[in-house]
Amino acid sequence: MSGKPKLYYFNARGRMESIRWLLAAAGVEFEECFLETKDDLTKLRKDGYLLFQQVPMVEIDGMKMVQSRAIGNYIAMKYNLYGKDLKERALIDMYVEAVIDLNELLMTHPFQPADKKEQHFATIVDKATNRYFPVYEKVLKDHGQDFLVGNQFSRADVQLLETLLMAEECKPDILAKFPLLQSFKARISNIPTVKKFLQPGSQRKPPLQEKDVPKLMKIFH
Amino acid sequence: MAGKPKLHYTKGRGKMESIRWLLAAAGVEFEEEFIETKEDLEKLRNDGSLLFQQVPMVEIDGMKMVQTRAILSYIAAKIDMYVEGTTDLMGMIMYLPFQPADTKEKNLALIIERVTTRYFPVYEKALKDHGHDYLVGNKLSWADIHLLEAILMAEECKPDILSAFPLLQAFKGRTSNIPTIKKFLQPGSQRKPPADEKFVAVVRKIFNI
Repeated sequence: MSGKPKLYYFNARGRMESIRWLLAAAGVEFEECFLETKDDLTKLRKDGYLLFQQVPMVEIDGMKMVQSRAIGNYIAMKYNLYGKDLKERALIDMYVEAVIDLNELLMTHPFQPADKKEQHFATIVDKATNRYFPVYEKVLKDHGQDFLVGNQFSRADVQLLETLLMAEECKPDILAKFPLLQSFKARISNIPTVKKFLQPGSQRKPPLQEKDVPKLMKIFH
Repeated sequence: MAGKPKLHYTKGRGKMESIRWLLAAAGVEFEEEFIETKEDLEKLRNDGSLLFQQVPMVEIDGMKMVQTRAILSYIAAKIDMYVEGTTDLMGMIMYLPFQPADTKEKNLALIIERVTTRYFPVYEKALKDHGHDYLVGNKLSWADIHLLEAILMAEECKPDILSAFPLLQAFKGRTSNIPTIKKFLQPGSQRKPPADEKFVAVVRKIFNI
């Protein structure tokens, strides 16, 4: 790889955060170029950097990759976080895709209009505790292994941890009924590369504050 | 793919349509079970068939796969996967003439071992499982052409290398007889011969290796 991957996005979590997590978990150092104004975004578009005029964009291995899932797939494949064969990859894909769905809900929460916010929050909690978390709790229970797939650290573990932590930010006791997810969270958080990413001063981004929402909206509209 | 995939969805495009396209384009026959009422969906959920209580769901290769993208990825990769395997194998065979004399014999043994224990059994099983003439979807694809090439190269390494693989032998015979391929196998075509000592020297000079 010629040089470090370079991430183009806002100084916020959004759709780039999962990519930051993956790179960090893989122990890959990366640089970031933050979009602060609409002009920054316009410039990237004018320079032809953004295949579909959108960010995230990651410069990696001589490519300007866009589409967060494609970028995630590429990184996972490259750094051996994608299982050992096609069937493991299929399981990882299933688990990751579902987690991405839940992430979408979490991600869009700060942008909900005030009158819809409470309802949206209830939806998040309901989906997390009734649809998604029970599945992962059961997966861990059934095979009794430390990692979700193939008894080996993979992208699925990284993305699930990311989501568990974000869900806890929404509702601190959201894992109350999921003992195995609690121990999973502790275990994966202790993996050296992950632990490092969880320290203050890392490139992990904080949750979006209400006060930052208008600034972000301005870049897009 | 052993047995036909079975798609569970409503009788409309929705999120299943891309999967129908991919299977159709790959020439893979599939069955469909349509969800017509709320009860149909509830039944699937109650049976534990839907990992996240959602459709699309595709029964394929002993799995009940959900998540549209995961399903698409799996199907596409199965087609790709056959090609990845043969590419790896041919890469090994390709470099053999460039090995120093002392490692050559060891590497040849390794190739033969890989071929007979890792690669050929996979393709033999694939052909056995679906009983079709071609690797994917009962229609000639580049997976077949790649495999034929790999078989012929492996036979140049060890002439009886297919002895334990009756279906691959039949596959080789069948595929070699396809008119365009038959033509390519004739002397005078643009197919290149294996590298000999003289050629190795030329290549070394060109690429400075």
